[in-house]
Amino acid sequence: MAAAPAAAPAVDRTVLRVDGLSVGTRHTGLLHDVSFQICRGERVGLIGESGSGKSLTALAVMGLLPEGLAATGDVRLSARTPATRNLLDLPERDLARLRGDGLSMVFQEPMTALNPTMRVGDQVAEVMLIHRTQPSRGAVRRRVVELLEQVDLPDPAHLARSYPHELSGGQRQRVVLAIALANDPALLICDEPTTALDVTVQATVLDLVVRGVEERDAAMLFITHDLGVVATVCERVLVMYGGRIVEAGPVQDVFGDPRHRYTQGLVAASDLTGAEGRRERAALPTIPGSVPPAGRFPDGCVFRTRCTHADEVCRTQPPWVPRGEHPAGETAYGHACVHPAGGYGDE
Amino acid sequence: MILRLLQRLLVLVLSLAVASVVVFGFMRVLPGDPARVALGVNASAAAVEQLRTQFGLDRPVLVQYLDWVGGLLRLDPGIEFVSKAAIGPQIADRLQVTVWLVVVSMVLALAIALPVGLWMAVRHRHWDGVALSALSQVGVAIPAFLAGIVLISVFAVRLRWVPAGGWVVPAQDPVGFVQRLALPALSLALVQAAVLARYIRSAVLDVLREDFLRTARAKGLRPVQALVRHGLRNAAVPVVTVLGLQLATLLIGAVVIERVFVIPGLGSLLLDSVAKRELLTVQAVVMVLVVAVLVINFVVDLLYLLIDPRLRAGAR
Repeated sequence: MAAAPAAAPAVDRTVLRVDGLSVGTRHTGLLHDVSFQICRGERVGLIGESGSGKSLTALAVMGLLPEGLAATGDVRLSARTPATRNLLDLPERDLARLRGDGLSMVFQEPMTALNPTMRVGDQVAEVMLIHRTQPSRGAVRRRVVELLEQVDLPDPAHLARSYPHELSGGQRQRVVLAIALANDPALLICDEPTTALDVTVQATVLDLVVRGVEERDAAMLFITHDLGVVATVCERVLVMYGGRIVEAGPVQDVFGDPRHRYTQGLVAASDLTGAEGRRERAALPTIPGSVPPAGRFPDGCVFRTRCTHADEVCRTQPPWVPRGEHPAGETAYGHACVHPAGGYGDE
Repeated sequence: MILRLLQRLLVLVLSLAVASVVVFGFMRVLPGDPARVALGVNASAAAVEQLRTQFGLDRPVLVQYLDWVGGLLRLDPGIEFVSKAAIGPQIADRLQVTVWLVVVSMVLALAIALPVGLWMAVRHRHWDGVALSALSQVGVAIPAFLAGIVLISVFAVRLRWVPAGGWVVPAQDPVGFVQRLALPALSLALVQAAVLARYIRSAVLDVLREDFLRTARAKGLRPVQALVRHGLRNAAVPVVTVLGLQLATLLIGAVVIERVFVIPGLGSLLLDSVAKRELLTVQAVVMVLVVAVLVINFVVDLLYLLIDPRLRAGAR
């Protein structure tokens, strides 16, 4: 796993390299052997049902796991810090220096993500003051207005003086985005940033996220359960189930021609063709069963208890099958299923 | 904001008016003629009658009430029935003592409770946090007068570090003042600190679960920095509420502690006046306590507005 693939480009553009990441309590494993890489300027989606371990992956990378959870494995971030150190071994003091600077995150709930007793401008300014990325307080103040303008907030100079409760959900999420982008991070992690927003606002916020990341040539890990959002925002997608990545690859290939049976079910349930494809009121396609509670996934293939193709072979952990070449390594394109859909063996 | 302020001010004035009626009314509803009660059963009818006319107790109740309120507004609650001593200066004198006691106790309680409460919250999953929490639970259960008696028997009787009671004016003898203030203030503060620390603990625990604290961490603040810069102000609202209630409790609790430590405070004056059946003095002291409690509540309301900008929006 750790060995670089032969087809690696001459210049290493890898920003985030996650290798064999496992997270769990003392008794229960929640994430198992998660490995992936993200290159500069690459936008990668991480999808899966609730409880599949998407947010946990993000929090483990950020070093913000809730108390009682521990991570093992190897997480390296290049760019501003030497990629020679495993983030999981870094002391809190050094990790804090990375957060908000080289590595930043936008959370799901814009309504509660901001401090209600602090002016939003001060909250944006704080992230620059902590990391001393501006030469003076005056520069910070000017940069705050600039950042708020970049996320399309009206009258940014005035808005900087308001409190979060005076803004709408969409406006608040723009502020959170401005905070995350303030120090031009090498990696931006977005955890369902638009799930709590009105559909009409979602598109504009997504657009701002993509624009912000593109302008900075930053890498992005975008967590969502909405396949439509992934299709519009990301180039590549990781499909997660039961704390494991079960399939990965370019969005078109994974959604258009899924291999893993779980991805297949997910794509069918999402019905990306839209409403016009379904005239009559037929039962919506679903994946049978439900996501087991944390730590109660079967051994072997995590999906076998809900999979119609599962047999004895699936009792052992299926190996990762590379599907094609990808600059981000062999974990970037492939699947872990012994009875894959699509190619040979499908009925 | 201004509207909110005026609204709170109006509430304060109305509460004060209602309180004055209740205090005055309650004293008059009590059975027995105030003059007769003050002079005792052996006094002659003529003497009682003379006192009644002298203090205007024969006038209509409404006139008496207005007269009393007018006196209060001029900070002159009248004179005592028997000694004819002015009540105002007595109260002013005693109030100084009680204010010292209450304020020092409160500051002491806060100084103990803040670090202890924070520690209990941050370490709530560790043995030391749990142990401290259990200890504070015991502290809550101990009444202040009992703490006072224990402190006296240890520090005054056994160790002889400080006197067991009494009072001197700070300007006269600063060292003696501190010595005599230490035990009563401490016995009030310890119990209050235990209660306050538990509230601080739960307020901070609530705030630690907030999303914006995670945002603060994601910005690059270390856990303690995040808590201090973003957590404390948000945890302050419930804590200020309790602080206000405690200040009121201390004021009343001081009545008992002043007895235990023989301190000439407002509480002692109240108890003495009750014993002497000096109705006007009792009435005035109770009114002072009521005003203090209402003003504390008013200040707490103002603090809310200062702490939480969401409350400043005009009443809709």
